[in-house]
Amino acid sequence: MALFILFFLFIGAAIDYLYFDAFTPAGPVFPIATIFSLGFAALSTLTAYYGGSDIILSSLGAEKLNLQIPEHRELHNVVTEMALASGSAMPRLYVIFDPAPNALATGTNEKNAAVCVTTGLLTLLDREETQGVVAHEISHIRNEDILLMTLVSILLGGIAILADWGRRGFYSARTGRHLSKKNPVVFIPLLLLIALSPLIGRLLAMAVSRQREYLADATAAQYTRNPGGLAQALEKIRDASMPFHKATRGTAHLFFVNPLRRRIDESDSKLSDLLASHPPIARRIGLLYQMAGMPQKLVQAPRALAQ
Amino acid sequence: MIFIIWAIIFVLGIWIISTYNALTALRLRIQNAWRQIDVQLKRRYDLIPNLVETVKGYMQHEQDTLQKVIEARSQAMVSKGAKEAAEAENILNRSLGKIFALMENYPDLKANKNVLDLQEELTTTENQITFARQYYNDLVTQYNTKQQVFPSNMLAGFFGFKPSELFEVAEAEKAVPRVNLSLTR
Repeated sequence: MALFILFFLFIGAAIDYLYFDAFTPAGPVFPIATIFSLGFAALSTLTAYYGGSDIILSSLGAEKLNLQIPEHRELHNVVTEMALASGSAMPRLYVIFDPAPNALATGTNEKNAAVCVTTGLLTLLDREETQGVVAHEISHIRNEDILLMTLVSILLGGIAILADWGRRGFYSARTGRHLSKKNPVVFIPLLLLIALSPLIGRLLAMAVSRQREYLADATAAQYTRNPGGLAQALEKIRDASMPFHKATRGTAHLFFVNPLRRRIDESDSKLSDLLASHPPIARRIGLLYQMAGMPQKLVQAPRALAQ
Repeated sequence: MIFIIWAIIFVLGIWIISTYNALTALRLRIQNAWRQIDVQLKRRYDLIPNLVETVKGYMQHEQDTLQKVIEARSQAMVSKGAKEAAEAENILNRSLGKIFALMENYPDLKANKNVLDLQEELTTTENQITFARQYYNDLVTQYNTKQQVFPSNMLAGFFGFKPSELFEVAEAEKAVPRVNLSLTR
């Protein structure tokens, strides 16, 4: 996260240096571009911030629990257990009627947080495994990941605006003359960086998201004292291998496992590590079995890759 | 020179206030966690007679076991203090476990929706008790650690913070068929 803010400041400073002569005696006192774009991005995100979780939930077709249904009651009970184990308030609960097993947590703080699971997950997993998944989602709430991801999207928005300005300014004649006065060794790499910054920003966001997934798995194991349950849940979900059609690229990082399910997410390679919003399932399972003190061999169980 | 002394006093003051507040907050959260456990225990005491009533008709030959559960329940309800309560809880857990095991012998019972509902309720209450205790113990460990490590131990002694008592999990309780507590983190 700190890296993310540094990156943002660096890009902003580069723009300010190139176009507004900041950091020189003649330039303005404040880095104008940086502050303005951050303000703009924050404003647009803050509007989404307060109504955001409801928008996400309704766009996914989430519905409130019906406690008459035994499965829903069991989910309610499991969530109560995990809320107690984590010492947090009971989140709002929703289900999505969809056969693809998945879950997500959303909201901005512990008090307005919501946990949502698909009916596919409830039918596929037994109590112990559901407990692991719910613990993972509650960990996202407790570790303040839901807030973090909101902040990250603010910064991402800011970077996109900055980069846009940077590229447009490049073509105007005035700045062209302006730039020629600066040292080319400094400004050419800076321009390249500005042009590529949305991509780099996205990669950083993915990295943040992946780290938080690992952390949530570990915290879930701490709450349940049973990493095996979560590992089994991940195995079952991997073998079910069903894409969740209602998810989009914008909401993919919210989910328990990547709902878009590209083949690359399943493999344990460097490339998949760089490009995915979620860590490879195989590695998550491996780490959980390590926590449980079970041999690594179990991890290499037969993999059914239906696709 | 004067400035440096003021800076040191300022930093020390901030540290004292934040440590004191952290310790106090933990103490209050521990008290709250303890009450949470009581709430769950009470819920379970309320559920047990229901279960016994429901299964009585089916389990004619196990009247002794059912009677034992009722006795263990009333024993647990009047017990005072962490240690005594843990012991009474143990007996109750063992007798409840016995009933659940015996229920396997009665296919009618396992098909009864009321019984299944009650069983789910009891399972979740048991789990909730365990998780509430686990959270309580986590908090107590945090609280006691903070009181004993340097440098916050100096303040804890000065302000008279006392270590809290952990809720010990008895060996027999680990055998209750649920989350395995013996797994290492």
